[in-house]
Amino acid sequence: MFYYNRSLKGFHNNAQTNESFTLNGKEKNIIYVGKEEVRILKHNLQEIESKFDMFQVLDEHGEIVNEEYVPDLSDDELKELMTRMVYTRVLDQRSIALNRQGRLGFYAPTAGQEASQIASQFALEKEDFILPGYRDVPQLIWHGLPLYQAFLFSKGHYHGNQMPEGVNALSPQIIIGAQYVQATGVALGMKLRGKKSVAVTYTGDGGTSQGDFYEGINFAGAYQAPAIFFVQNNFFAISVPVELQTNAKTLAQKAVAAGIEGYQVDGMDPLAVYAATEYARKKATNGDGPTLIETITYRYGPHTMAGDDPTRYRTKDLDTEWEKRDPLVRFRTYLENKGLWSEEDENGVIERAKEEIREAIKQADAYPKQKVTELIENMYEELPYNLEEQLKEYREKESK
Amino acid sequence: MAQMTMIQAITDAMRNELKKDENVLIFGEDVGKNGGVFRATEGLQKEFGKDRVFDTPLAESAIGGLSIGLALEGYRPVPEIQFFGFLYEVMDSINGQMARMRYRTGNTFSSPITVRSPFGGGVQTPELHADSLEGLVAQQPGLKVVIPSTPYDAKGLLISAIRDNDPVIFLEHMKLYRSFREEVPEEEYTIEIGKANVKREGKDVTLIAYGAMVHACLKAATELEEKGINAEVIDLRTVSPIDIPTIIASVEKTNRAVVVQEAQRQAGVAANIVAEIQERAILHLEAPVLRVTAPDTVYSFAAAEEIWLPDHKDIMEKVEAVMNF
Repeated sequence: MFYYNRSLKGFHNNAQTNESFTLNGKEKNIIYVGKEEVRILKHNLQEIESKFDMFQVLDEHGEIVNEEYVPDLSDDELKELMTRMVYTRVLDQRSIALNRQGRLGFYAPTAGQEASQIASQFALEKEDFILPGYRDVPQLIWHGLPLYQAFLFSKGHYHGNQMPEGVNALSPQIIIGAQYVQATGVALGMKLRGKKSVAVTYTGDGGTSQGDFYEGINFAGAYQAPAIFFVQNNFFAISVPVELQTNAKTLAQKAVAAGIEGYQVDGMDPLAVYAATEYARKKATNGDGPTLIETITYRYGPHTMAGDDPTRYRTKDLDTEWEKRDPLVRFRTYLENKGLWSEEDENGVIERAKEEIREAIKQADAYPKQKVTELIENMYEELPYNLEEQLKEYREKESK
Repeated sequence: MAQMTMIQAITDAMRNELKKDENVLIFGEDVGKNGGVFRATEGLQKEFGKDRVFDTPLAESAIGGLSIGLALEGYRPVPEIQFFGFLYEVMDSINGQMARMRYRTGNTFSSPITVRSPFGGGVQTPELHADSLEGLVAQQPGLKVVIPSTPYDAKGLLISAIRDNDPVIFLEHMKLYRSFREEVPEEEYTIEIGKANVKREGKDVTLIAYGAMVHACLKAATELEEKGINAEVIDLRTVSPIDIPTIIASVEKTNRAVVVQEAQRQAGVAANIVAEIQERAILHLEAPVLRVTAPDTVYSFAAAEEIWLPDHKDIMEKVEAVMNF
């Protein structure tokens, strides 16, 4: 163990003084940091970084490269996973179109991230609690949020944030990282209640720079709380590249400082994401603490539909590189080779998605407009004096 | 009945609620074995165990986030922020997150959280410990901000706060923790949040204050009596929401008011009260409503604290000004 101790002896630039002291009844060596030790410390960092190789099960050609970790999914489950990814791709295309027509509001495109989003949620159980970031609407939908409510969320209607009974989730968090500290609280609550469930939260590469990111994983480690922390590393926080976020070679290695397990996973590989999530979930529900999972992925579209232009910070070549790694393409190949998927299957999903989206947007459009009086009523269980007065005022306005 | 200091009354309230409701959890920096730096949680971990009363790592934002997450799991968290000067570190968790939970989820989730924190000045702390930052939380819709001025009030208000299904910021004035004892019932009782307390009836002028300044007002009122001025003293008890009806009823009777706060003058609670009075009772006023506050500097360095903080003399001066207007 190395102790850098400035106060005892000053900074020993090249000294090799070894001393010992007693701590808790045990003899400990003090090794002052000199040139040799600096070299060793640097080596330690490199060694840690080298341990965070990306975990992959299914490569970009749809071939299994890691037989040992192929998740135990039935044919129906594999088809269901593909169905959800295709459906979500269609939903993304339609949402972008609806946004351009002015029929949707805030929307953060998801294409490219289907394996990270859908396969991780697919490994969860109903009783698990999801605390998503702003791009993580698909996970909510597959966890049980009706599609028309997802559209209402986009349109800025509070009903989009009202999870139906039994859907364990919060609506997407806007403050980057805030969901991490809250997830730790949910996880600690589950642990105290003796539940066999997990709290699952998502952020992006930029989110790992926030204080709440570190505080969240550190608290969860300290309490050995059953949480799974996802970092969907799509390499750009709006426009800022991940190299400017940190000097860390991987984001998964940040787990080391919190004393928790961290993995870097191919986020375009649904089987790897599923396997990693399933492992982390099992570990957490066994009482063995939280996991940080970095998924290496890419968003094909802009940050959001509110004027972001990715050509300002990404090249066409880079987009093309990533499209070759597409999660749907490789999973389709894999399933076709197994005789589980056909063009017919795919077209069936596409048609069903389009139809359901059409219905859901109609339902969202027909949903009663929200009123200021409702916003007032949702502030407190019992309204205080000032809001009672304002409620009367707005009731009158709304009755005109 | 027992004679208790405010800190004892606070501990007593928490013990009562820990016993009564198994969902009540108490946590924060040093609250476990150490019983809190002011000893507010003295003995509670020993009595209720480490699952109910526990230490946290040192990070205020996560203490706030932990509270929100625990509330989502059906708990009733009572976190301690060691000093309210550390509010900025937990500002998003409090103002950005727990205050909005009921609203943003359309009434499907809430944050039944009571954030306890020592605040206020006069006890010679290093910088960023003492401060009167209640205005920063009082401005945020969705929170309630409660400030007791006596041991009796502290117990009743804290029990109400813990049982409240909305987030309450419960601010405990450091100087009042051990400044005096009074009779506090051993059994449980509640005091309604949002209701002010007329501490002293009077007919000439209304003094409106909260926290330690209530005592400065009472002292001023006693001395003013000798000068023939009969002051009414209102202890707000809650600075969000503010008990407007009690204030207006008093001002309509006395026709004069002075609003007193330990915080700096700009923005803040006193400014809000002055605005409410002039909107609702201007025709009853015989004089402008004046404020007694600290000056608009950053909170005083410890060595200048005594002269920087408002006191009963400053209050008397402003009362004489409104009387002679």
